[in-house]
Amino acid sequence: MSEQNTPDVEIEAGAVEPDGDIVLPDHHPRRTDFDPRAAKRAERQVSIMFTLSAVFTVAFVVAYVMIPTDATFPVPFFGTWSASNTALGVTFGLAAFFIGAGIMQWAKKLMNDKEVVAMRHSLASPEESREEAIAVFQEGVDDSGFATRRILRRSLLGAVALFPIPLIVILRDLGPLPGNKMFITSWVPGMRIVLDVTGAPIRPADIPVGGIVSAMPAVLPAIQKAEGNLNARAKDVVLLVRMNPDEIRSQQGGTDDEPWDYEGVLCFSKICTHVGCPIALYEQRTHHLLCPCHQSTFDLADSGNVVFGPAARELPQLPIKLDDEGYLVARDSFQQPVGPSFWERG
Amino acid sequence: MRRRHRAAAPILVLLTLALIGVLYAAVGSAASAQASNEGATTNAELIKQGQQLFAEGCSSCHGLGAQGGPEAPTLVGVGSAAVDFQISTGRMPLAAPNAQAPQKKVIYTDEETAAIAAFVASLAPGPQIPTDEEINYEDADLVEGGELFRTNCSQCHNFTGAGGALSNGAYAPDLRDATPRQIYEAMLTGPENMPVFSNETLTPENKQAIIKYIQNMDEQASYGGWAIGSLGPVNEGAFIWIIGIGLLIGAAVWIGARVR
Amino acid sequence: MSVMNKLGHQAEFLDDRLTVANWGKRNLRKVFPEHWTFMFGEMALYSFIIVLLSGIYLTLWFKPSMTEVVYNGTYTPLNGIEMSEAYKSTLDISFDVRGGLLMRQVHHWGAMLFIASMTIHMMRVFFTGAFRKPREINWTIGVLLLTMGFVEGFAGYSLPDDLLSGTGLRIAEGIMLSIPVVGTYISFFAFGGEFPGDEFISRLYGIHILLIPGIILGLITAHMLIVWYQKHTQYPGKGKTNDNVVGYPFMPVYMAKAGGFFFIVFGITVFLSGVATINPIWAYGPYVPDQITAGSQPDWYMGWLEGALRAMPNWETTLWGHTISWNVLIPGAVVLGVIINLMLIYPWLEAKVTGDKREHHLLDRPRNAPTRTGIGVMSLTFYMMLLIGGGNDIIASQFNLSINAITWAIRIGIFILPPISFVITKRICLSLQRRDRDKLLHGRETGSIMRLPEGAFVEVHAPLSDNEKAVILSKTDITPLPWPEKVDENGVKDPQYKKDHRWARLSHWFFSDNVPKPTAAELAEAEAHIRHSAAEGAPVIAHREQLEPEGGVLHDPSAVEAEKEPVTK
Repeated sequence: MSEQNTPDVEIEAGAVEPDGDIVLPDHHPRRTDFDPRAAKRAERQVSIMFTLSAVFTVAFVVAYVMIPTDATFPVPFFGTWSASNTALGVTFGLAAFFIGAGIMQWAKKLMNDKEVVAMRHSLASPEESREEAIAVFQEGVDDSGFATRRILRRSLLGAVALFPIPLIVILRDLGPLPGNKMFITSWVPGMRIVLDVTGAPIRPADIPVGGIVSAMPAVLPAIQKAEGNLNARAKDVVLLVRMNPDEIRSQQGGTDDEPWDYEGVLCFSKICTHVGCPIALYEQRTHHLLCPCHQSTFDLADSGNVVFGPAARELPQLPIKLDDEGYLVARDSFQQPVGPSFWERG
Repeated sequence: MRRRHRAAAPILVLLTLALIGVLYAAVGSAASAQASNEGATTNAELIKQGQQLFAEGCSSCHGLGAQGGPEAPTLVGVGSAAVDFQISTGRMPLAAPNAQAPQKKVIYTDEETAAIAAFVASLAPGPQIPTDEEINYEDADLVEGGELFRTNCSQCHNFTGAGGALSNGAYAPDLRDATPRQIYEAMLTGPENMPVFSNETLTPENKQAIIKYIQNMDEQASYGGWAIGSLGPVNEGAFIWIIGIGLLIGAAVWIGARVR
Repeated sequence: MSVMNKLGHQAEFLDDRLTVANWGKRNLRKVFPEHWTFMFGEMALYSFIIVLLSGIYLTLWFKPSMTEVVYNGTYTPLNGIEMSEAYKSTLDISFDVRGGLLMRQVHHWGAMLFIASMTIHMMRVFFTGAFRKPREINWTIGVLLLTMGFVEGFAGYSLPDDLLSGTGLRIAEGIMLSIPVVGTYISFFAFGGEFPGDEFISRLYGIHILLIPGIILGLITAHMLIVWYQKHTQYPGKGKTNDNVVGYPFMPVYMAKAGGFFFIVFGITVFLSGVATINPIWAYGPYVPDQITAGSQPDWYMGWLEGALRAMPNWETTLWGHTISWNVLIPGAVVLGVIINLMLIYPWLEAKVTGDKREHHLLDRPRNAPTRTGIGVMSLTFYMMLLIGGGNDIIASQFNLSINAITWAIRIGIFILPPISFVITKRICLSLQRRDRDKLLHGRETGSIMRLPEGAFVEVHAPLSDNEKAVILSKTDITPLPWPEKVDENGVKDPQYKKDHRWARLSHWFFSDNVPKPTAAELAEAEAHIRHSAAEGAPVIAHREQLEPEGGVLHDPSAVEAEKEPVTK
């Protein structure tokens, strides 16, 4: 092998004829090629398809005008469908399909089906063209002085390299800097824990053993109203669960005098520490809490530790106690940031 | 409570018998069969019948006194709602121990179920089978039901109640074939791994609203056409690969095929 | 004739100004080869046009705003609920605009078809080696188009601000936060503060309807111009060589077929949108950060990344007060980046390994490039494992399996199954090559058994048709890169030796176990053998003529053994 990438091909594909001529497979004439009646039939077929398409287009307009958007109709085994959506989709779809199918029949049956051969040419330019191009280019370079005037070239390149900086700097006001926002929530000592949807305060007796309650800080609706967005809700929501106190193996904090639970009622952040999905698939027998997004599983009876899945951190626990009126309140704020990990979290 | 209950039973029997006698006379022979049937199932007899059924069908795992066994929990204090839920959905009696009791063909009649429920309820107070008024969701707030459903239920049971997976082979079942009574009982009693939603944190009105929302999801039209199981993007992806790409490749093959 | 005259007049107008006649005479009868697998790219193009058209309709009614409003409309189960204007306008499109739901479903089904078509198109291009010189640039453009398709699809999925949209964005935020050093800042800049903020949807909208579609349109234009300029590849067959293109003329056959196929794709997409629901946003409800549904999934094309997120072990490092979430960073950003880059450079990588610098216009049969085919199947296995992982909860609940078991199966299988599939695929390819060689040297087995005069039984072998022969002979055997010399003849050490040696080893691995195509001499010998046995067994041949009208060859098992020896050299 003189050249490493030369194939040892002795028989070129296709060039099976000894004289090297290209011979295509025999052409088998179609019925429509020799039978004028078949051709006529094909013509009729195609024109019927085009006519059908026109009919469906008209049907679309009729369906659009006649069928109210709330009309429904039953489809056996497939439920009840919107009459308008189905009628519009089917008519419009078939109107398009029959144009396509008609054209295709036309092309397949009536247009010439003899294969033709075209030659390819090497994509590379001939050598002299390349040389000419280089010469022309060189002429341009010389003309400009780009190669010889070094200071011009360098200062231009420098200027152009710096030029995009404003385009990036101007993005600065896309948002505020994080500050300490990732580290805080609306939970402060004494904040009442209230039911998520209805906003009612909660007494421990309301939660039976094995029960779960989606809850939020009492102040959340007001914050949401003031800020006009859901930012606070995305961090503040918590879950209350209750288990027999002797089933609790460990907690993230608390002393005998100031326990983080209240008689078996535990409060955890509802935001998964993996990528932040709300997490609430609570299995009351195993005390496991499963995230429906990526199946991180936390054991709430054991400090909210991860027992399965991609989450790396325990679910933050909120210390709770009773207030003077006997409702559950936060004993303290969250002792660690809630939600997914981030660089500054540590 | 329990003591008074027992003391009251004979009186209740007498009263019921008397009432039935009056009814019998009033309604006449046409209703006689039904009336005598009702007469036979007074509370005490119901409990007795239930005890017998329990001894035959349940006690091998749960124990004669429903005190529980190595493989089965105690039923003392679970209340009639839990029993009705487990039996009327076919979960009990269990065929074989599993990650979770599967739904099967219901083997007890409504009367037998009521009898076993009454027996278990007689052991200790617990959540009662909801009355017809309690599960009457006609006037419930559909919109609030939706919010409550999406906050408390959809995480396990999926956005249309089609069900979903839990850890280690457990699962949240499809809600669309459950009756309102069963849904109510499930929220009240927390069967298996399902947490309990007490009447304090989810009031009876809230529960009715949730039931109304589930019923509505089941009954409302699938506006866009076939719902493909209402399981979300996984099924949509399978649909577009099998049906969508399938049809397009079919068309491409037809276009490329030679005509004779 | 009058039509022609009129046309001629208009053409003259154009030609006077744009020289169209010159272009037309060269291009109107341009030849395109025909094969159903050549239409996958068209499928992608047409579904993109459909998505573009339906998208324009949606912009007329959609309001990309996160301003909270109270819904009071046709869909009563959501009446009185606070939701973003984006979600409300999507509800209005679905329930109040006639044909609005249809347009939404056309847009979404079309998008899924767009990416699915690109995927099978890419598979066809890969397995037939169509990405080789001179088409590497177009392969690169294709990879970029696929990537843009992912991004564009995800942006569209996020816009309606329903529960799935918001959940997807929350995960995207989690991935942003996992980026070392700048992650928190990226998230705050993207969302205009904390998640979800009130800016993101309007920002995403501009990206979704202007920036990315613009990029896709530009890339598609370049892609098609290059296809047109370089002429389409063709499958091997009788009369087809590396220097010609055999097919039908653009006008009228391909104009008709391409135009007709557009209408067919359009028709199928719209029809499906009339009968199958996609993304019933009303059932999910508006996005609220503390609500979630079981079966929260991305659309299928993001499923493999979702699977990577699910299967990843929970590794996290905290060093000097800073956190690196490998559990999110690796599946969320690194896997995608590495795979896209591998795809981008593959044509150059393969050319470097094979040392093949020729132009290729005749497609490879997958069996004739066993290592490449193996790599392709291996990659698809890897992809499928992740995709299955992305749907593990649905699979678990539908087939009564344990999520944990599926996740562990993926975690282990992703390392074991791809190599196994590589080996199996390569072996299958090699045995197909051997069969091809046998066919070439001994003809095709006809299945007819004959008894020779001396009593032996033989099977009649028929010669291959010209077309079959041409297809099998299209295989090109390439010698692997030569082993470098450590020291050249002048005694100078080669500084590149180690590097060259590594490439040579890779090259020898790439071509290992290749079954060489018969040489011209071997072919001639085989034909001589056929003639020889024809002469010897004249009576048999006469008998055989009755069985095999087009003529056959006797297959003598002992002769095969004799012939096989030189093959292995």
